[in-house]
This record gives sequence, structure tokens and C-alpha cells, in this order.
Amino acid sequence: MSAMVQGAVQQTESSSEAAVRTDLVPIFIMGKRYMVPSTLTIQKAFEYAGYQLIRGCGCRGGICGACATVYRMPGSSKISVGLACQTVVLPNMYLTMVPFFPANRAVYDLEELKPEAQTLMKYYPELAKCMGCNTCTKSCPMEIPVMEYVSAALRGDVEKAAEISMSCVMCGICASRCPAELGQYNIAIMCRRITGRHIWPQAQHVVEMVAKIDSHRYDKPLEQLMKADLETLRKLYVERQMEPHTAPEDWTPDDKSMI
Amino acid sequence: MGYTVELMDLIKRVEKTRPERVMKKKAGQEFPALTLDQRRDRLEKYHPDFRAGALRELRIGPSRGISVAQEIADTFEARSRVDPDQIDLNEVHYETDVLVIGGGGAGTAAALLAQEEGSRVIIATKLRHGDANTMMAEGGMQAATKSWKDSPYYHFLDVMGGGHFENDPELVRTMVTEAPKAIAWLEKLGCMFNKWPDGKMFTLHGAGTCRKRMHYAGDMTGAEIMRTLRDEARNRVKDIGVLEFSPAVELLTDEKGRCSGAVLYNLETEEYFIVKAKAVIMATGGSGRLHMSGFMTTNHYGATGDGLVMGYRLGVGVRFLHATQYHPTGAVFPEQAEGLLITEKVRGAGANLVNIDGDQFVFEREPRDIESASIIRECEKVGKGVPVPGQVGRFGVWLDSPMIDMLEGEGTVEREFPAKFILFKRYGIDISKLPMLIYPTLHYQNGGLAYEPDGSTKVEGFFVAGEVGGGVHGANRLMGNSLLDITVFGRLAGQTAGKFVKDRTGIGTLSVDHVRRYHKELEEAEIGLDRVSPMVLPDYGNPEVRKRQWTSHYVGTLR
Ligand SMILES: Cc1cc2nc3c(=O)[nH]c(=O)nc-3n(C[C@H](O)[C@H](O)[C@H](O)COP(=O)(O)OP(=O)(O)OC[C@H]3O[C@@H](n4cnc5c(N)ncnc54)[C@H](O)[C@@H]3O)c2cc1C
Ligand code: SF4
Ligand code: SF4
Ligand code: FES
Repeated sequence: MSAMVQGAVQQTESSSEAAVRTDLVPIFIMGKRYMVPSTLTIQKAFEYAGYQLIRGCGCRGGICGACATVYRMPGSSKISVGLACQTVVLPNMYLTMVPFFPANRAVYDLEELKPEAQTLMKYYPELAKCMGCNTCTKSCPMEIPVMEYVSAALRGDVEKAAEISMSCVMCGICASRCPAELGQYNIAIMCRRITGRHIWPQAQHVVEMVAKIDSHRYDKPLEQLMKADLETLRKLYVERQMEPHTAPEDWTPDDKSMI
Repeated sequence: MGYTVELMDLIKRVEKTRPERVMKKKAGQEFPALTLDQRRDRLEKYHPDFRAGALRELRIGPSRGISVAQEIADTFEARSRVDPDQIDLNEVHYETDVLVIGGGGAGTAAALLAQEEGSRVIIATKLRHGDANTMMAEGGMQAATKSWKDSPYYHFLDVMGGGHFENDPELVRTMVTEAPKAIAWLEKLGCMFNKWPDGKMFTLHGAGTCRKRMHYAGDMTGAEIMRTLRDEARNRVKDIGVLEFSPAVELLTDEKGRCSGAVLYNLETEEYFIVKAKAVIMATGGSGRLHMSGFMTTNHYGATGDGLVMGYRLGVGVRFLHATQYHPTGAVFPEQAEGLLITEKVRGAGANLVNIDGDQFVFEREPRDIESASIIRECEKVGKGVPVPGQVGRFGVWLDSPMIDMLEGEGTVEREFPAKFILFKRYGIDISKLPMLIYPTLHYQNGGLAYEPDGSTKVEGFFVAGEVGGGVHGANRLMGNSLLDITVFGRLAGQTAGKFVKDRTGIGTLSVDHVRRYHKELEEAEIGLDRVSPMVLPDYGNPEVRKRQWTSHYVGTLR
């Protein structure tokens, strides 16, 4: 593998796996050329090339944001981005992972925050420096309109910022490319937590259920199940009434003695 | 990209049977579910756990004689990375009240609660804080919160039935009664569960549930919980310190045998560090990256079962480790998405599983093990699997996601499953229009270290929380009960450890005698002397490269 060919430096054919495999393509990891199978993701290509990943590898499934990668195709002025675990290699790509990028993060007490513009400006005054260049949006591997949530946050529309940023994996690519030096994803999670805590109404049914449990309503029913022998338990299990798939939200079971 | 021409052809058969299947679903006519006896039969014949050679009896340690997966037995029957005769326990590098091992959901919840008890906390974790299975959970979290139709009583029944009635009933009772509190706690921390405008939470069915009680945040429920807990831990930076890329590789005791800290390994500088702590909470999660029976896995990179072996050496027994959970619906196409989980909610929302002819062969809401066994049967025995392009001898079946839009209205798939929708779109597949090709994938460690409802174990000072523990799910966890498990038992373990710390006066002399004894047992049994564990990172290296690493020395999978 890793048949290294750089300028005049060429590995002898016979010593390389490249000689027998026809599906290999060249990629340039941090400028150095490696031959890797064309169907691999960038992450697996690193491993094929001989790296044991420590940084830049978490979920391997596109959700943890550990594997932010930037790359450029030869002859192109465009910088592309992607998650290494989700992006398939392209022949001749020049790439590097950016597994960490320092971004400002405020320390705050969620209980005390209010859902207004001043709150965000207090903790993240740099919001005002956003120059609307839209680089963040163009570089987000999750295709989030990042600039839109930044401006929503700036306007004080916390809920909007929360909703737009919901699928943010906190990979940090936006922050790495922002000329105003914002840490967008930290601002975003603050908006989401304010929304979840202070803007969206609390679920009353949860409060009610907790109260019911605390009043020991279910102690006896559960005790019965704990004591039941296997036969009884199996019978109760098999005969329990199923809420139909298409039942409306306010559906109620026939037997209400155990609820 | 997208599907191959052959697959597009086969999809036509699925499209042909779809209208009728949708009609039946609308009319409430489901494919017949298996009876309990049929379930058992299907498991014994087709589930990977029952294959010859999948399990082996442990020959040493507290659970000697119990059968566990071969790959786990290998890590148990192995030497420590620490040499008891070489280690210098006098030089302590960190001191704290509570050491949490593992920065996933259970560990972070535990850290928060221990901090609330007044403890200083260190979280030592293998990768970054939050690089964990918790981050990957999609579907949701179970809790009986709707008292007009549900209660802990029914939740209890469902959990027990799913686990084949072998679960530890005390643990189950604790989990189902604490469940609504766990939801309320997460809501208070700002988790954005899907809700109606009045605050009422959306809930769905999961496999094996009799009431719709799956709470969720889009298809990123675990990520929403994980990043919220992590964010909160970061707000408490004064009391909660996090050491990333610092996996624990061995536990420490004092001369009385109480757990008193751990040895950490800095993956980047390759140094070992000693942490002295009054209480240790093990929250290292699962073990999918051990690739039981060679299956692909949905788990994150660090899921190598480290906590199991550390706890086992310390003297804590294990339960239900013979049962590995295979998630019925892992992607098998395209190759880059292989092993990736397609949440059960897709089936909960009504999508059928169909074979190469477009015919249903199993009710889509059977418990996971039954569903997986049925898919394996359809492919291996019945021979109606769909051949996976480019992979000779591999088959899958269709998960008919387009049904969801037909049942619930156009745009539902994109709205309810945004992460998977984007992912497949990247590969040129619109899952609201085309079905997904799936096969069972290694997903969850049903069993683990034995622990009590308050998180304590038989070793003083040692607590367990989350997927590393075993008992509450019996031999088969139902979807949505794990995010619940880690929140409930993470909180309880944190609380108990925090209280324990207040009463513990001091730590005596640090010791690794338990490792010495364990090594002696290994030697006497003449097993595993050439292996080391925990594994820490799986080996996905290229053997060709290794051959040329002339001067490199590997200990286990680590260089
Ligand atoms: C793809 C996927 C989807 C899922 N979907 C759902 C769902 O919808 N609903 C549900 O209820 N459950 C779901 N689960 C299961 C659930 O997410 C996990 O079981 C649960 O989150 C485990 O939490 P945990 O805190 O115990 O472990 P984890 O979240 O895995 O955390 C363990 C942490 O410990 C670290 N660690 C490991 N070894 C060491 C060591 N030696 N030293 C220090 N740190 C270490 C790991 O790196 C990790 O950060 C899903 C799991 C996966 C993989
Ligand atoms: S990259 Fe920075 S400055 Fe540009 S739009 Fe985004 S947040 Fe504003
Ligand atoms: S918003 Fe920024 S941090 Fe979030 S996913 Fe997009 S680029 Fe990554
Ligand atoms: S490894 Fe988690 S997003 Fe790529």
C-alpha cells in the first residue's frame, strides 16, 4: 500500500500492493501522497495509510463532530469541508483533519439566563462583529445555514437560533473559518438550552406523573409484579393492552386500574 | 452514486406491494406477531448468540463458570497493562473526591450529581468528552409520563417481557419509577424534546412497548442529551475537571481493598498517571468494537469494553454477558455507511421490513433479538435476502421508509429523521422515496458488571453506571431504555458516590494487589498470558504497514 510517489521518488512496483490492486487512487494527507482504495471514507483511508487514529475519530457515524476535515482539489481555489467519517476520498485531494479548534465558550448559570438579546450579547459580545460573509454557512458539513442562526441570536430570536442549529455536531469548522472569530456552535448550544429551559413550556404531564409516583400510587402495583411468579408475569405481559399504532394522543386503555 | 441499476430494479418489487401494505397498516391490520414459544424457537435457531462457538466459559475470576462472548472472554483472560511489581504508587498525579471513568451520558450525569453532593470530580475519558455511544443514540428515551394511558406498571411489564423475564426486578423497578424524574431533569437542563406548543411531549412506540412512551429530540436524542450534559459539566468547571484522551487502564485500591483511584494512560504522550480518589464510578459504556462473532457494529470508536475487565479484576462479577444485542437495522449499502444504525423509530413510525419479493416476513415491532433473528433467517434459511452489490455472499432486506410519508404525510421522513435523511442524500439516496437496505449489526452490550439500584457494587468505593453494568435489561434491552438507564443510574451512582465520599475519612496506602492476585490466577490456569487488556482502541491498521514498522513495538493493539 501507500505506494509513495513524490516527484522523482517512486516506490518500486513489486514492493507495493498498488501493483496488484487496481482500485487505488492517490490522495495527499497533509501534503504527503498515499494510494488508497477509492471507496473508502477519508477516515478509513487514514487507517489504510497506516495511522492509528487518536484524534479525529469518535462515533465513526457522522454525529460527534470529531473528524472535521478540509480539503482542496489540485488546480482549484475552493476549500471544501467534510466529516472524515462521512466523506469518500476523491483522487488527488489534498486534505487535513482539523480535530480541534479553540473557540470561546462562556461559563453561565442556565437558571439565571433570560431569553433575550442582551443575554447573548453579554456572554458573547463578539456576535456583533459578524460581518455577514456567510463563510460559516458555506463550510458547514451538516448544511446548516450557520449565518442565519448567528443573526437570529444577534436579533435576540433565541428560539429561531435554537431550531436552525438543532443538527449542529459541534465540529468547529465554522469557527475555524470565521473572520470575526466567533465560536458559533457554543453560541448555538446556549440558545438551545435557553429555549428548552425558558422558552418552551414545561411538560405538565411529566410533573403530574412525578407527583403520582411520589405519592406512592404505583408502589403496590409494582410490588405485585415483583412478587408474581413467571407464569403470572408472562400472562400479564401477553394480555396487556396495546395502544394501537394509529391511536390518537388522548387514547385511554380499557383497564385503568394500573395507571 | 445512489443505488445500482440492479437494486433499482429490485426496488420496483417493493413499490408494487407497497400500496396494499400501507392500506393494511391504515386499517390497523398488522403482520402477526410471534407467540412467546415461537420467539424462543426463532432465537435458538437463528440468533448469533446461539451459534456454536459464540460463547465460552470463563475460567478465572468472580464469575468463573459463566459463559460470555468469546471476544469478551479474551479481554478477561488477559494480563493488565500495569505490572504490579514495577508500578510506583507513591507518586500521585491527581487527587479528587470522585473519579468518573468515561465521559459519556452515564458518566457525565454521575459527575453532575456527585458535584451537587459537594464532591470535587474528575472525569477521565478515552477520547473527547462526549465521544460516546450516548452521542449516537437516535430514536429516543422511554419513560411512562402520560398517566391517562401509561404508568411505571406497564413500563415494568414491557422491560421484563423484552428481557425474557430474566431482568433484575429491583433494578427494573428503580428504572421505571425514576424515569419521569429523569425526563424532568433533562428538560430542566434545557434538552429540546419534541413537544406540542403547550409543552406536552411527543411520544412514540418502540419495539416491545404497549404504550407510546418514547420521548425524542428529532433523530438526535442521544446527541441532544449528551451535548446538554456536557455543556452543563463545562459550566461547573470549578468542580468538575475533564481529562480527555486519558483512558483508565487499571483500578487502584487501598490496603483494605476499597477502590481508591485508577491508572490513566495519556494516549498522546504515552505517559501513565495515578489518580487517587475516594470513590470511583465506572461508566465506560459498551463493547461493540470487540466485533463479537465478526459482526459490523454501530458503536463509537472507544467501545472496547474496558470497564468490564477493570471491574472484573477488582472482583465484581458480571451478568448477562452471554447476550449481545444485534440491532436489526444496520445499513449495508452503500459501503461507506456500513454498520450504521437506522433507528428503530423508522419501524415504530410504520415502515415494514420486506424481502427481495417485496413481501413482509416479520412484524416490524418485535423485540430486537427476535427481529434480528428473523432477518438472519430470511436471508440464510429462506433465501429471500437481497444480494449486497459488490459483496459476494452478503445479503440484506428492505426497510420500507417511503411508507412513512404515505402514512403520516409528505415530508414526515425528512422532518422526523433529519440526520439519516441528510446522510443518505449525500450518497444520492432519498429515503423518503426509496427503501434502505439493512442487516443486523452489533449494537449493545445487554449485560455487564453487577451493581445495586443505588449504583454501588460489592467493592466499597466502586460504583457502576450505564451500559458497562448489567441486569436491568436482562438478556435483551428494548429501544429507548438505555438512554433511560444511563440517566437514571448515572444520577443515582453520582449521588451515592457523592454521599459515600462524605463519610469516607481517608485513603490508606494505594495498592494493586488485586491485579497481582489476578495475574496469579491467570498463571495457575495457564491462560491468556500473551494477551493484555483493556484493549483501549480497536486495531483498524493495515497489516502491510505493520510489516514495515520495523522498530515499532505493540502492546495489544496500542503502539
Ligand atoms: C448508534 C446507536 C444508537 C442508539 N440509539 C439508542 C436509542 O435510540 N435509545 C436508547 O435508549 N439507547 C440507544 N443506544 C444505546 C445508548 O446510546 C447507549 O447504550 C448509552 O448511551 C450508553 O451510555 P454510557 O454512558 O453507558 O456509555 P457511552 O455513552 O458509550 O460512554 C462511555 C464513555 O466512556 C469512554 N471510555 C471507554 N473506555 C474508557 C476507559 N478505559 N477510560 C476512560 N473512558 C473510557 C468512552 O470513550 C465514552 O466516552 C444507541 C447506541 C448506539 C451506538
Ligand atoms: S463566518 Fe463569521 S463573520 Fe462570516 S457570516 Fe459566519 S459568523 Fe458572520
Ligand atoms: S454549525 Fe459549525 S460546528 Fe455546527 S456542524 Fe456546522 S460547521 Fe460544525
Ligand atoms: S467520527 Fe464522529 S463525526 Fe466523524
